[in-house]
Order: sequence, then C-alpha cells, then structure tokens
Amino acid sequence: MRLSTGARLTARTVVLVYLGVLVALPVAVILWRSFGEGIGAFVASITTPAAISAFNLSLLIVAIVVPVNVVFGITVALALVRGRFPGRAALQAVVDLPFAVSPIVVGVALILLWGVGGWFGGVEALGFRVIFGLPGMVLATIFVTMPFVVREVEPVLHEIGEEQEQAAATLGASGWQTFWRITLPAIRWGLTYGIVLTVARSLGEFGAVIMVSSGFPGVSQTLTLLVHGRYLDDHNTFGAYSAATLLMGMAIVALALMTLLDRKRSTR
Amino acid sequence: MITVSHARKAFGEFRALDDVSLDIPEGSLTALLGPSGSGKSTLLRAIAGLDDLDSGVVMIGGADVTRVVPQKRGIGFVFQHYAAFKHMTVRDNIAFGLSIRHRPKAEIQRRVDELLQVVGLEVFQNRYPAQLSGGQRQRMALARALAVDPKVLLLDEPFGALDAKVRADLRAWLRRLHDEVHVTTVLVTHDQEEALDVADRIALLHQGRIEQVGSPDDLYDRPANGFVMSFLGSVSRLGDQLVRPHDIVLQRSTGADRDGVRATVTRIVRLGFEVRVELRDDAGGEFTAQLTRGDVDALSLREGDAVLARTVRPSPVADTPPADAPAPELGAELVDEVRVAVAH
Repeated sequence: MRLSTGARLTARTVVLVYLGVLVALPVAVILWRSFGEGIGAFVASITTPAAISAFNLSLLIVAIVVPVNVVFGITVALALVRGRFPGRAALQAVVDLPFAVSPIVVGVALILLWGVGGWFGGVEALGFRVIFGLPGMVLATIFVTMPFVVREVEPVLHEIGEEQEQAAATLGASGWQTFWRITLPAIRWGLTYGIVLTVARSLGEFGAVIMVSSGFPGVSQTLTLLVHGRYLDDHNTFGAYSAATLLMGMAIVALALMTLLDRKRSTR
Repeated sequence: MITVSHARKAFGEFRALDDVSLDIPEGSLTALLGPSGSGKSTLLRAIAGLDDLDSGVVMIGGADVTRVVPQKRGIGFVFQHYAAFKHMTVRDNIAFGLSIRHRPKAEIQRRVDELLQVVGLEVFQNRYPAQLSGGQRQRMALARALAVDPKVLLLDEPFGALDAKVRADLRAWLRRLHDEVHVTTVLVTHDQEEALDVADRIALLHQGRIEQVGSPDDLYDRPANGFVMSFLGSVSRLGDQLVRPHDIVLQRSTGADRDGVRATVTRIVRLGFEVRVELRDDAGGEFTAQLTRGDVDALSLREGDAVLARTVRPSPVADTPPADAPAPELGAELVDEVRVAVAH
C-alpha cells in the first residue's frame, strides 16, 4: 500500500500523539515529579525502611514465583504439545483462565479458599498463615502469571518437533538426558521470554495481591502496595512517585534484558 | 541380522503393516521400497523402536527387541529432515552419543575426528547445522549415527529432501561407505532408481504387505507380479502380456504374419541413442517400445507405419495385473511416459 505524503504525515502524527499522550507523558510526569526535588530526595525516599522492605518483598515473591512457574510451565507445555490424553482441550482452556479472570477476583477466591472459615482455612489453626501472609501473596502472583511460561514455550515446542528428541533417543539418551541436552536448549529463548514476562507481571501485580496482603508498611507491602499506600493512606505523593519510578526502573531493566536476549536470538 | 515376524500396525482403520515378515541379512544394504502409505517407514520405525507394533516380533542380532526401548537397541537412525541438534556444532552433534555415555574425552575426540574425515566435514566441524547445506547436514547425521557403532543403521528417506545432483552423490557415497563399514543397513525410499542403484537387496512393500524380496536383478527380471514389475522400471502391455519396452522388437508388417501383435506407429521420439516408439495395436491399445537408433534406422521406421511387435523375452509375470494396478507414486517418469503415450 502506498500512501500520499499528506496521509503519511497525518498517520505519523496520529501515532506519535497517541503514544505520547498515553505512554510518554505519564512516564515523563512521574519522572519529573520524582526527580523534581533533586536526586538526593529521591534516593532518601526509596531507602526508607518501608521502601527497602517493599523492594525486598517484591523480589522475594519473584524469586519464589519464577522457579515454580518455570517447572510448572514447561511440564504443562510438554503435556499440551507432546501428550496424548483425554482432557487436553480442557487443560488448554484452564491455562488461559488467569488471562480472562480479573486479578481482584483471584484475590477474593483465595480468601474464600484459604481464609478463616474457607475450605482450606484450617491450615491457619496449624500456625500456617496464608491469607494476609506471604503464602497468600505468592499464590495470588502464581495464579496471575501462570500462563506466561506455558504460552511462550508451547509454540517453540511445536516448532522444533519431536525428531531431535527421537534422534537423541536412538543415540542412547535417556528421557532426562534428552530433556536437559536437547529439549531445554531448544526452548531456551521461549522460556527466557516467559520468565521475563513473569518477572514483570509479578513486580507489577496489584489487584490480586492487595486482597490477600495485610498491607503493613515494612512488613507485607510489595512495591505496588507501597505506591498505593503512600499515595492514598499517607498522602505522601512524592513518596508514591519515587516508589513508582523505582518499580518502573525494574520493569525497564527486565525489558532491556528481554530486548538484548531477543537480539542475541536473532543473530543465531 | 534383523528379523521381523508377523508385524501388524494399524492407525485407526488404516493398516500400515499387515502381517509383514522379513529377514534382513547381516551386512546387507536393504532397501524398503514402496509408494507412500505402503508401510515402509512404519516398518523401519518399528525396527528402531520409535513406533510400537500392535503385534509381531522384531529381532536384532538374535535378540528379541520388540519391547526394548530405542536407546537399547543398538541402532543408528537417520531422519529425512536430518534431525540435527540445532544448538550444537557439527562436532558436538557427532559426539552426542559418546558424550552421553560418558566416554573418556580423548576417545570421543579421536572417534569424532575419524568420523569427520569419513564424512568429509573436517572443515565445518565448528559450524552450526544452520550454516550447512542439506547434503552436509545429512552427512553429519550419518556420522552422528555411526559414532556409537550401531549394529544396524536405519535410514528413513535420507536423501528425500535433497536435490537430484546431491542425492546422486550421496547415494554413491553411501554405497562406498557401506562397502567399507559393512554395518547392516536398511534404507527406506520411494524412489525405485535409488533402490536399484544403492541396495543389494530390495523389499517391495505395497498396502502394508511385502510384495517381493530379493536382489535388484531378481525384482527387475523376475517380478513376482504385475505390481512389482510396474513399480520397478517401465512396462508396456503387448497384447495380453506385460513386458519391458526394451524387450519389444518391431518388424515391418507383411501379409502372412506369424505370431506377434500388429500395430501402427503413432509417434517416434528420438532421445539420443535411445528411441521411443509409441504404437497402437489393432485393438486400440497403446504401448511403447524402446529401440536403439540403429534398429529404427534399419527399419526406416516412420509414423503411420504398420509393424509387427513381439517380445524377445516372455513376460516374467504369470498373471496379468488388475486393470487398476497402482502406479508408482514417484520415480515414475517411466510410467508417465506410458501415460503421455496414451494421451497422444
């Protein structure tokens, strides 16, 4: 399709304005507000005990969620692509469920299940606190990030087919050897992509986590909850902006990492 | 020695293998030949253990391996599309089988060097499969399969994805390799020319059954039935007989004809030394004779001439084939010639 010069310029302007208003402007405003009082104030704001605790808690949740999702994601993707079992279509649908369900619904469901009087609420009597504790936040985050690894690895498994694995078998490789030496290296880019998406979403998850967290600053606030708490409860808008900038910075690191890996992948 | 007895395998309603029994002698290079859907690949994969049989027994070197996993069958397998390990260099691909057996480094290195030389890929040993041509990838796959000293080498349409020139080269190379290594080799192909060229034994499969097993000459000269005869090489129907076009001789038709089929020349195609003469017999049947230039010139044959056609060799096939005798799927330029002749 060839556009006239006028149409081309119009199209460009529309895209730039659209992206500018929706993406660049909000980001710029937050950055401007965060650094408006100087870099020292920003650093001070993100190194308060509550901020450091929130930072650590967010990273801790990521550190738990990622390995769980990697193991689960690869297993499910393998089952979906290589498996021949009844209920595969149902499993396909279940994997997409977290995309469809609002995170806040997930939070409510977890409370119904694990909260006092819930089906599994009994574990609390044993001294294991799920709701309003770390396990609840981890469960909520696992739920919302579950599809990423599966959906990134699945197409790669389709693409590479079974022949390499069969060739490895005829050469004497056991199932484990084949997985570690053939399958895993073949899916590594899809897996990396899935992990980066999982990290980004884990850091950014708010709706499901706020339902199951007690939200105490310095105890059970993740970075997103810190932003929320500072803004609404403490009326500390500057603190909220700084925390948001930190969150954004982490997301940008994840994005940059992904872009870098993507480039490396395309040179192969 | 590979022995398959009463192998059966069905995919739903489709019978891929229908009571197949076959002996493959030690040290031979046997081709499993047949049209697509004849069961030849299924048979090979059953020997490898990549597919399970519904019933039947597979024995390799005297041991029953029917329930043995592919890893423990002592086989080397080469896939049509190479199945190269894409994230490994040529060297690592070839070393794979030895490396997972945790052989000493020095031994692996020596063996891989040796195989790189055998397949002529020394220069490319540090490349990745994506940087190789199809023929090079397939040679790499062969070296990889040979690295573990398999008792049998199984090749599933190994040259099917390559262009004609590379295919012919690799075929000749495989033949030489087999003469040196002497490993029992089974090759699946749909290409009759490839089977005749490279194999010392051919098993011809059709609709999940074995039609005939024997040397290439056996199958060509003494086909068990019309299907075998028409799958290997071209055929002409002379009267009620199936014969080879090059076994037909033509004479000028004279009044008092002896035995032979009266026919009219419809077309003469000169293909260099060989001349293809297309004819129509008095009953309206079209057939083709393959003559030399000298024969045609001696008869000063022209289109429209009446001739007497007979065969120098009686038809090797006792029964005439059914009218719907399936034509070979590929490698069938020769059959296409017959079709072209009919079309004219």
